[in-house]
Amino acid sequence: MNRAVLVFAVLLAALVPLSLLAGRVWINPFDVAGSGAANAALILAELRLPRAVLAIIVGAGLGAAGAAMQGYLRNPLADPGLFGIAPMAALGAVASFWLGAAIPPAWAAWSLPLLALTGAGTGMALLALIAGRTSSDAAGGAGGGIALFTLAGLMIASLAGALTALAITLAPNPFALSEIVMWLNGALTDRSWREVMIAAPLVVAGIAVLALAARSLDALTLGEEAARSMGLDPARLLWLLVIGVGLTVGAGVAVAGIIGFVGLVVPHLVRPLTDRLPSSLILPSALAGACLVLAADSIVRVLPLVTELRLGIALSLIGAPFFLWLLVKMRRGRL
Amino acid sequence: MLAAQNLSLDRGGVRVVDGVSAALQPGAITAIVGPNGAGKSSLLLGLAGLIDPVEGAVLLQGRALGDIPPRERAQAIGYLPQAPEIAWDVAVENLVALGRLPWRDRGADAVEAALTALALQELRKRPASRLSGGERARVLLARVLAGEPRWILADEPLAALDLAHQLRLIAHFKSCAQAGQGVVVVLHDLALAMNHADRVLVLDQGRLVAKGPAADALAPDMIAQVWGIAARWLGDDGAKALVASEPSPARPPAP
Repeated sequence: MNRAVLVFAVLLAALVPLSLLAGRVWINPFDVAGSGAANAALILAELRLPRAVLAIIVGAGLGAAGAAMQGYLRNPLADPGLFGIAPMAALGAVASFWLGAAIPPAWAAWSLPLLALTGAGTGMALLALIAGRTSSDAAGGAGGGIALFTLAGLMIASLAGALTALAITLAPNPFALSEIVMWLNGALTDRSWREVMIAAPLVVAGIAVLALAARSLDALTLGEEAARSMGLDPARLLWLLVIGVGLTVGAGVAVAGIIGFVGLVVPHLVRPLTDRLPSSLILPSALAGACLVLAADSIVRVLPLVTELRLGIALSLIGAPFFLWLLVKMRRGRL
Repeated sequence: MLAAQNLSLDRGGVRVVDGVSAALQPGAITAIVGPNGAGKSSLLLGLAGLIDPVEGAVLLQGRALGDIPPRERAQAIGYLPQAPEIAWDVAVENLVALGRLPWRDRGADAVEAALTALALQELRKRPASRLSGGERARVLLARVLAGEPRWILADEPLAALDLAHQLRLIAHFKSCAQAGQGVVVVLHDLALAMNHADRVLVLDQGRLVAKGPAADALAPDMIAQVWGIAARWLGDDGAKALVASEPSPARPPAP
């Protein structure tokens, strides 16, 4: 087990209790018998605990997916969003706002995450269809397989983005419009154990699939041809990536909306603590992603604003300056 | 034994290697030479099992490479690409250890032996970004050696190196060959092939036009025919220099 796992596991263990206490109503951990104790227990069990667990799950998925994507594309600027799975999931979620009243009330609570997952699944199926064509090129030694595939992912992303924008402009009523826009800026407000139940198994499975790809990603460090000469199966790796990123990112968007920058930023926080090989990054990036989202979500809860700052916005506010700093650092050569 | 049998390869729909048959010798250095675009790198990729043949086959111990599971193939054949790509700023010893991936073990002894063979012990903790071109070439070759392959296939391993580093790397190839490994290198520099290769394969437009000992395969006639230049060899055996003069009237170089 490497040092980074230990560091971020300890950090996470410290953040969880802090996050449970923090919020509009601060909880005093020493006031176990006082008048507020019953209320506090309710807040903890029904609001803060599921929210913290969800932050950990979503963050872990994004972190692991980001580490795997950067390894796969051999590019420190890669992001799990490049495959177009997050925008497809968002498109599915937006469809649920559109359907709105048409959905039977018994299903209403489930429709959004399920449609978002359907969107993510459709994105994965499209990628798989393209993968079948591009990976055969790679096996033929023509090269460019990975670049071609990523371009295809970007096209899916921009198509889903355009359809989402179309859905917004044609929103059936102003209420749906504001719900869509709010939802697109990811958040963990008012989430319950239901969302945890939906996301947890998918994200855990996704991280496990990405972990299976770890050694193949190490081989890619020396380029595609060297990797294949060491026994890498490019088609298998592509499948592991599509399924792993699809599950982690798709499930994350389904329960929390679009949360940017975590997948991009986290591997850079982890890399200096490791030997920098992609296989050393996946697990610690999952832990670091969990820390980042949990911390950010606790902070937006505490900020004294009239309405809570959306988590997606907050993380992009942190992420964009970081990205700029990264670009400046890259110009100096070492990353 | 590694052998191409009537091997034809396509890349991007174009025939780049056309009906090549050659049996490669273990315990020797074989150089593949030819003009730009002759198909040298493609032939090497084919021999490494990284391009599927359109016709013919590459046989390893009598088995077609396509029938051998990739990991088993990777244990037998080490391939060193021309581009010295290192995507992440990984320390030397971890880069060399990647050579154990086909074996799925740590292979500490093999990694240590590879570091020693290429005099990298003192650089073992150094990150890739702080290596010079020559050090980088040594590290990447050490990665191949760490896999203890029976065959070492290297694409232009000497191209980016100065003369001293070229000679040092050639010395490593020679010691590999003496240890019984088969070494196949694509070379641009005909003098290096002449002086250091045990056997030479000459490719021209995808076809094998000469094979044999360097002195025969790289005779001035052959050079005139394939490269379209008048050339002659000067100097003693093992230290010959190629002097090329005006284009041979027999075949002007392609525009």
